Amino acid sequence: MNKPKFGVVVFPGSNCDYDAFYALRKILNYETNFLWHKDTDLNGSDVIILPGGFSYGDYLRTGAIARFSPIMNSVIEFAKKGGYVIGICNGFQILLEAGLLPGVLLKNNSLKFICKDVYLSVENYDSVFTKGIDRDKVLKIPIAHGEGNYFTDPDTLKKLEDNNQIVFRYSTKDGKIIEDVNPNGSLLNIAGIINKEGNVLGLMPHPERSCDPVLGKTDGSLIFNALANNLLN
Amino acid sequence: MFRAKVLIKRKPSILDPQGKAVEIGAKHLGLTNIKNTRIGKYIEFDVETDNRESAEKEVNDYCNKLLANPIMEDYEFTLEEVK
Repeated sequence: MNKPKFGVVVFPGSNCDYDAFYALRKILNYETNFLWHKDTDLNGSDVIILPGGFSYGDYLRTGAIARFSPIMNSVIEFAKKGGYVIGICNGFQILLEAGLLPGVLLKNNSLKFICKDVYLSVENYDSVFTKGIDRDKVLKIPIAHGEGNYFTDPDTLKKLEDNNQIVFRYSTKDGKIIEDVNPNGSLLNIAGIINKEGNVLGLMPHPERSCDPVLGKTDGSLIFNALANNLLN
Repeated sequence: MFRAKVLIKRKPSILDPQGKAVEIGAKHLGLTNIKNTRIGKYIEFDVETDNRESAEKEVNDYCNKLLANPIMEDYEFTLEEVK
């Protein structure tokens, strides 16, 4: 594969779509296109980004209505055939509602919307999204969400652990995973997971907000670049 | 003690953006006969008194002053005695 082509889905209420486009196109130099929620054509994209925001006003449940958008039928089909999909924040919530990833995201246990930089320990270096990231690296990436408290039943949680599907966990600056740095009450400090097949990633932190050096942090680019490099190889 | 079950709905003339947004999902699901989706709130709580009349008064106060906005919402409730 050549350099992968990214497609950023725009739902009514997405508000990180331009951030994702800016980071991927302007900062990291990947061919990137917007994909309109009413369309069904993925425009030859190799990687689909479901961006952050408040799709359909978060009515009913976060992601519940966006999940039935026309574009999502194509995204689900694409993912089931092994296509690469990254759901960021609201995009993660949509992936869960769509059944592409297991579990739900509950209201933060503090009941507050939290917007701050967090540290992420990479728990699985074999995934297509993380392979090649320096093993000593703890990622500094911001979160911005009111509902990021990952929850699932004990059986599913065990499967996630057994299959190495937990990719990112909230940690201290030096990578220690302790409850004190869990911002939202997520089970096992979970910040991001992949599906069993490993082609769909959902995460609450915003890697696209940690790409432009002018913002003082660029660790988000490690994820996009790792994926691009792993697709090239 | 009484168990109160309160149902709060937007008045029929008031726009319900949530209902409208959710109905778009129904359309995408292919459920074409679904019309006029309206989303309300259902609230349960206990009222610690043995006097039904004072329980009703308190529930009305709670609804009128806090749970519902009488300008835009209607409410109804049931009170069930709990032994």
